[in-house]
Order: sequence, then C-alpha cells, then structure tokens
Amino acid sequence: MPERPHFRSLIGVLIAALASIQGGGACAAEAPGAPRLGHRLTPEQAQRQSLNVFPDGRGLPAGRGTAAEGRPLFQQKCAACHGQAGRGASAEELAGGEAPLTSQSPDKTIGLYWPYATTIFDFTRRAMPLSAPGSLSDDEIYALTAYLLFENRLIGEREEMNPVTLPRVHMPNRDGFIGTDAQAR
Amino acid sequence: MRTPGTPFSTYGQPSRHESQVVRRIGANRLAPGNGVSWTPLEDLEGFITPTGLHFERHHNGVPEIDPARHTLTIHGRVKSPLAFSVADLLRYPMQSQLVFIECGGNSNAGWHNVPIQRPVGSFHGMVSCSEWTGVPLSLLLDEAGLDSSATWAVAEGADAIAMNVSLPVDKLMDDCLVALYQNGERLRPEHGYPLRLIVPGWEGVLNVKWLHRLELTDQPVMARNETAKYTELQPDGKARQFTFVMEAKSLITSPSHGQHLPSAGYYQIGGLAWSGRGRIRRVEVSADGGRTWADAALQDPVLPRCLTRFRLPWHWSGRPAILKSRATDESGYVQPERQALISQRGSNGYFHCNAIVSWAVDEDGDVTHVYA
Repeated sequence: MPERPHFRSLIGVLIAALASIQGGGACAAEAPGAPRLGHRLTPEQAQRQSLNVFPDGRGLPAGRGTAAEGRPLFQQKCAACHGQAGRGASAEELAGGEAPLTSQSPDKTIGLYWPYATTIFDFTRRAMPLSAPGSLSDDEIYALTAYLLFENRLIGEREEMNPVTLPRVHMPNRDGFIGTDAQAR
Repeated sequence: MRTPGTPFSTYGQPSRHESQVVRRIGANRLAPGNGVSWTPLEDLEGFITPTGLHFERHHNGVPEIDPARHTLTIHGRVKSPLAFSVADLLRYPMQSQLVFIECGGNSNAGWHNVPIQRPVGSFHGMVSCSEWTGVPLSLLLDEAGLDSSATWAVAEGADAIAMNVSLPVDKLMDDCLVALYQNGERLRPEHGYPLRLIVPGWEGVLNVKWLHRLELTDQPVMARNETAKYTELQPDGKARQFTFVMEAKSLITSPSHGQHLPSAGYYQIGGLAWSGRGRIRRVEVSADGGRTWADAALQDPVLPRCLTRFRLPWHWSGRPAILKSRATDESGYVQPERQALISQRGSNGYFHCNAIVSWAVDEDGDVTHVYA
C-alpha cells in the first residue's frame, strides 16, 4: 500500500506533462495525485508529547515512587471519588476486590481484572484527577500507581515503582483476555 | 385574516411544540462531564439522526478547541512523522459515509435480571446515524509511509483525559475517515470538532473525537478503555477483548415502552436495524412472543453499516401481545434471543448486548419492556 501515492503522483506528473504538450498548461481537470501537505517532524519532536505507555514499559518517563509515598496523595486527590483505599464510591472500585471473576457478581478491580500494571500509569497520567488532569508530577504518578498495586496486594509498601520495575509487576489476570476481532500481536 | 409570520433566522431550530424531543442525560453527579446522553429514538423517524440529538459519550467534558491551533500528528513506526493542520486537511480529497455509531455499552440494561422500564431511547439510544465527511485515513498513512511492523495505531483525543485507544492498521487503511463534517456542516464540539476518527461499523469508543494523534506501533497500548473497560467478562472468567464489530441488532421503536394504543385496530410497527458487518438483509417481526414471524419492509436505501428503517402494518386485536423484531445481516448473522446470548456469554459482560428486545402490549394498550 505505501507505494500507491507515489504511483499516483507519477500518473499526475504524466498527465500534467501530456497537458502541457498539448498546450493546455494548467488544466482544471488534471489529477495532481495526493496533496502531500503534511509537515515533517523529527521522530523526537513527534514523540515528545506522546503519553502512551506500553505493556513493556515503552513510554514511561524517568521517575520513582512507593506506596508509602502514594497513600497521602491518594487520600488527598483520589479518595473523594474512588473511596478509602480505592474501595469505590462515585467512581469505580480499584482495590479491595474479593469476588473472583467466575463468581455471580465479580469484582473487576486492578488486582483481579487488569492485565497490565502499565495501564495504571498511562491512564492516571493522561486522565487523573478528573478535576485537573495533567497536574501530577511523574514521581507522584509512580507513587499513586505503587499505592494502587499495594492495595491490591501485588507489591510491598516500600517497593519502588520506576520505569524498570513497573512493567515487571506480575498481574494475576495477565492471560485473562481473548482477542475477538483482532489479536494483540 | 392572516398575520405575517416570523422573519428569517440564521440557524433553524425545531418548533417550540417539539421542545420535549431532547437527549436524555445520564452523568456522574460529581463529574458532570463524565457520562452519556441518549438519542430519543422513540421520537424520531427516518434513519438520519439530527445532529443535535446524536448520542454523546464523554469521559471528561467537551473541550473548547481553536481549529487554528489544532493539529493531527502521525508518528511512531512511519518513515516520515507528519503533522497536519485543519487547514491542510480541508484541502485533501474527501469522501462521505452514511454510518451508524453505536457505543459498545449501548443497551447494557439488557443484562439486568429485571427488565428496565424506560423509553427505548433511554435504554438503546447510544446509537445514532449521520453522514460523515472527511479525508480517507489511508491517504494520510500512505503519506507518512507505514513501516512493515506498523500493525496497530493508538489514536488519542485532545479532550481533558486525552482518551486513547488502539486500532488495527488494516481497518484504518480499509475504510476509516478523519471526519471534518457531520450531516453537511463542520463537526459540532460534542461530536469531536474539529477532527473525529470514523471507524465504520466498529464500537463507538474507537471513533475518537477531537483526534490529534495517531501513534503507529507493533502492538496495542493496552489502554484502560481496552482492558478494564470495553472488554466482556464471561462466565469462565476469561474476557473478550477487541470486540470491535457491532453485531446485528434491531429494535421496534413504535410501539415501544411508555406508549399507549388507544384502541384495537390498525397500527404501523416501525423500528431500526443495523449491523457492523454490512447491510441488513431482513427484519422479521413477531406479535406473539416469537412463535410466528413476518417480514417487515425495509425502507430504501439499505446501506452497509448504516441504520435501516423497517415497517410492518399490524392489526391489534385488543388482546395482550408481545412484539419482537429480529435482524439478519448480509453475512447471514441472525440477532439472538436474549436467553441464547446469556447462555453463551453470561450476564457480566456489560458491553455488546444485541439481544432481541420484547415489548408487551396489555389489554389496556399500555406498552412495557419484558423478557419473553
């Protein structure tokens, strides 16, 4: 597929050349091919503002934090909607789930349902808190991520989350998803 | 004697006698920009949804975007990372597609144990249909030049939560649009002004509004909205993921919940059918709870991945009746009965409820939602 516009522009040049041979000059009906108006960026320029964090840790910024550091932050910035220790309130429960995924009324908390720890960082950095997304520092996001993992009993209270350790956190439901209309790889 | 009418208006509005025809809003009390508004399907005819009544799903409000400062960046696994201004995109060749957009969570009350009693639009109204016009995304991806390893793209919106979601590149190259226009006019803010990704036939969350970034990758990003949400937990504990296609569905919108048939006699049964796999081939209607079925007439045009209006005249005897509709699409897929869907997937999936909907007409002519 990537060859197609090139091919089209070649045809466009040919048509333009034919038109000029016939003395038509700039013909209103000529097919000029793809417009190609995009402004080139360097990969660094383009990547700079990307917020995507992939399961292998690609996209994670430098920084660090622990659950002990995250606890007061959660209390201050998150608990009003997500409840004490993420047990759920006006916003969904994030931790404290007991009912397994095969039960009548399963808890879809981070520990029971979410397949990747990196998703917590990705979503918190781009979206939270709802009243002021983008206001948390990278260290604060690592600390809040660590706190949520700790409350889901996935890491220790003083275990540091950083670009290396976060993608390595074992998520119990890592293999719990079946690609239906597409496969991850 | 007649009196002169009102003068011209710069932008027309519905009659004041129709002021009750509005979207029904359901949002989080503490976060009013996080929620939905439903299309009042029970009040509409035809298959185009008026733009002001097209359903909304926002995660953190509608952003105010100056088009002069908005760009679409395409980067990642491409030969040339590119940025396009809105003015640039307006110069590209455009295409139009008449397609429905349906939220993956539409009709989710259908999973409840007790039938919800609400107007049809306040239950199934997270589906709407428009003419979307914009630049075929394949043109822009070709311009950037895809690496052979670019199998996925992560689309991102410029709203407050910078909503992101992953899509397979094959679909983006096939029929997706970067839309600038809806129903002939530039997008409205709540539908993604100035740019919206249109992903025909696939679930609503992929149709990213306020589109400003596409990062080409070799894998999905595993965003919150493709892992924790928009996945369907099944009874065995495994969840269906990347359930992109909105499967065939139909609804009778008239008569439907809350309506009243004043007396026995002639009525017109009418409703909507659609399928993310293509055209609707057939809609059958039953007035006896599914024992016998009759083919409804399909209103032209019957377009792929577009709402299709169906109609069938009906003589109501005055005795209790149960109305159902059942859609079949051109792939041969038949809309399932609710019980069959639950047997297959359980009732904790939350998303993708496309079961047959039943309305009971009692002997007084009142219409309610039932499981039958």
